[in-house]
Amino acid sequence: MSRISNMLDTDRSVSALKAITRHRLFIPIAFLSLLLLLNIFINPGFLTINLGRDSNGNPVLIGNLINILNNATELVILAIGMTLVTASSRGQDISVGATVAIVGGVIMRVLCGSETQPDVLHAPIIVALLLGCLAGIACGVFNGILVSKFNIQPMVATLILFTAGRSIASMAMGGLKPKAPVSFGYYGNFIPGFPIPTPILITIVVIAVTVLVLKFTNLGLYTRAVGINDKASSLNGLNPARIKLLTFAILGLCVGIAGFVQASRVQTVNPFTIVPSIEMDVILAVALGGNSLGGGKFKMTGSIIGAYTIQTLTSMLTTLNVNTNALPVYKAVIIIILVIIQTPIFKSFFANRASFSKLTAGSGKERG
Amino acid sequence: MIFASKTQNTDSAGVNHSKLKKREPLTDTAFLLTITVSLFIAIYTLAILFLGDKGFSKIQMFFNLFNENAALIVIACGLSIVMITGSIDISVGGSTALICTACIVCLNNYNFTFFTTLLLALAIGLSFGVVQGFLIAYMEMQPFIVTLAGMFLGRGLVALIEVNQIQVANEGFEALSGARIQIPFLGDINKKGTFIQSKLEYGVIVALIIVIVMIWLLKKTKLGRSFYAVGGNSQSALMLGINVKKTKFKAHLLCGLLAGIGGFLYVFHTRSGSVQQAPGLEMDAIAASIIGGTLLTGGVGNIFGTLFGVLTTGIVLLVVTAIGSQDPWWPQITRAAMLCFFIVLQSVICSRKKKI
Repeated sequence: MSRISNMLDTDRSVSALKAITRHRLFIPIAFLSLLLLLNIFINPGFLTINLGRDSNGNPVLIGNLINILNNATELVILAIGMTLVTASSRGQDISVGATVAIVGGVIMRVLCGSETQPDVLHAPIIVALLLGCLAGIACGVFNGILVSKFNIQPMVATLILFTAGRSIASMAMGGLKPKAPVSFGYYGNFIPGFPIPTPILITIVVIAVTVLVLKFTNLGLYTRAVGINDKASSLNGLNPARIKLLTFAILGLCVGIAGFVQASRVQTVNPFTIVPSIEMDVILAVALGGNSLGGGKFKMTGSIIGAYTIQTLTSMLTTLNVNTNALPVYKAVIIIILVIIQTPIFKSFFANRASFSKLTAGSGKERG
Repeated sequence: MIFASKTQNTDSAGVNHSKLKKREPLTDTAFLLTITVSLFIAIYTLAILFLGDKGFSKIQMFFNLFNENAALIVIACGLSIVMITGSIDISVGGSTALICTACIVCLNNYNFTFFTTLLLALAIGLSFGVVQGFLIAYMEMQPFIVTLAGMFLGRGLVALIEVNQIQVANEGFEALSGARIQIPFLGDINKKGTFIQSKLEYGVIVALIIVIVMIWLLKKTKLGRSFYAVGGNSQSALMLGINVKKTKFKAHLLCGLLAGIGGFLYVFHTRSGSVQQAPGLEMDAIAASIIGGTLLTGGVGNIFGTLFGVLTTGIVLLVVTAIGSQDPWWPQITRAAMLCFFIVLQSVICSRKKKI
């Protein structure tokens, strides 16, 4: 890169600029830096991190950055699964918010039984985690079967759980809103004596596992192959239906972990308000990461950066006193702009103005 | 072009006699329609037989089915048209919520009259249709992503206008909204033995007129036939000289207009507005279209089926509520289960056709 930028030739430097802007991680990183700069502009003390003490006297890290890293946990975990689903099935799962509610409901039911405020946990937390993950995987498999075996568009197939999910969660808890003992809260807040929020550690573990899986197995390759052309991949000996089902199951597992963290944050679950419109955030994170929403190639790093960017945006809007219900307005506008940038028509507009004008002239003509 | 739309699903049966060619796609629609209509009649009969004491034997119940679902009928018509064109629109719930709140705020605070409110509702619906139609048809974006953004945009804008739930406080509007048509010669005898005439809301008349207009549009006009052609196979439609992009744009425009009318009927009926207004409306409308025999893949479907789709969903929900389960989650789960059943049924029918 330095070799090119040293050249005086303007054409070359323009092409270097192009190479940077064309890089798949350019959009998320540029957007993240822009947001961070804006945040520093709004609040000069944005980047400071202090070691404070919570109400019980345990050391905790306090700071805006820590909050963003902490709150982005669910988003990052879900974005990892959603990237795989998007790549393989060329569509998105819009039921993640509802399935997180189901997982939360199952976990609360396992931990609290039918009591509203139990003093002791009814089951070990590991059992709750496993059952929660199992519920998530079951939802993922349900969606996956509809998509892979019955060839239904992913968004229509997941519309079913999108509607029913929160009601199912309410049913799983028997209509109660139990509150689990504080010891369950360690996983969504702090482990006493350890200053880093536990969700950040969980995120690191999940990201590490993802990196290892993508590096040492063929999952990434197969997912790309199925997403780019499932007929060709089938001729090459892959089973596209099974790969799609697998990606949905992986998303289900991610939903399980995210639901566990979310339930642990306040030790209670309101199925109708838990993670509101997170499906939008997750899809936005995937799109922001430079992944095509039309499937095929994917960039996991992009999605993860995208997820942190969205969380930064959310916390910035919250700082500016935007109502929680009004947040989707800004996100909807951003997602539309991002998808417009991705469309071939927009790309060809910048690549070649002449071909664009020809294209629009051709389509604008009445021929019917 | 008119024939093309009817024969678009028969490429495999191209060697058959030409008469068969025209019939084959119709049998599929007819098959799904028969299932829906018979399901509706069966459920209604069973409800009258076993749940008659809970009000199902009353004639007013039948009219209430329309009274409650007038808005949904209109919105589902728009959705059917979009789905026949091979696209989808999940923003209708969001735009309905926006229309409700915007109309009520204007009625209460800015002294809007009935007609200016109607114009406002149509303008909101149309602007959703125009923007989404442009992005989907001319920018070639995925309809799901665009309308998902539209859905969140609609609900988000509601929160920008008014966070709390609000009610209509405009006497003129309330008077019109409360008005009912008395149906002659039909009615029920109440416990005291007096005869009460059945009542129908004005919104139902609007909805039924729209259903008839849409049936005519889809069956008889060039635009309607090109919707089927584009949905069946946009490539061949293009070769037949149909402007595919324009047709898709028009479909979304029409859906937006119908969403505007539907949204107005919704606020006309409920007289309240909130961020969570019309929950899952998009899902109900899609479900009604699918149950009525509109294929998700496009090119097949009719409005008559959609009407029965709405009525079937309506009666099932009434039955679920009447069976006496106090739990609030059953209606939503029943809806989803019905949608699931019909989606899978469609998929099975489609794959069976491919094998032949």
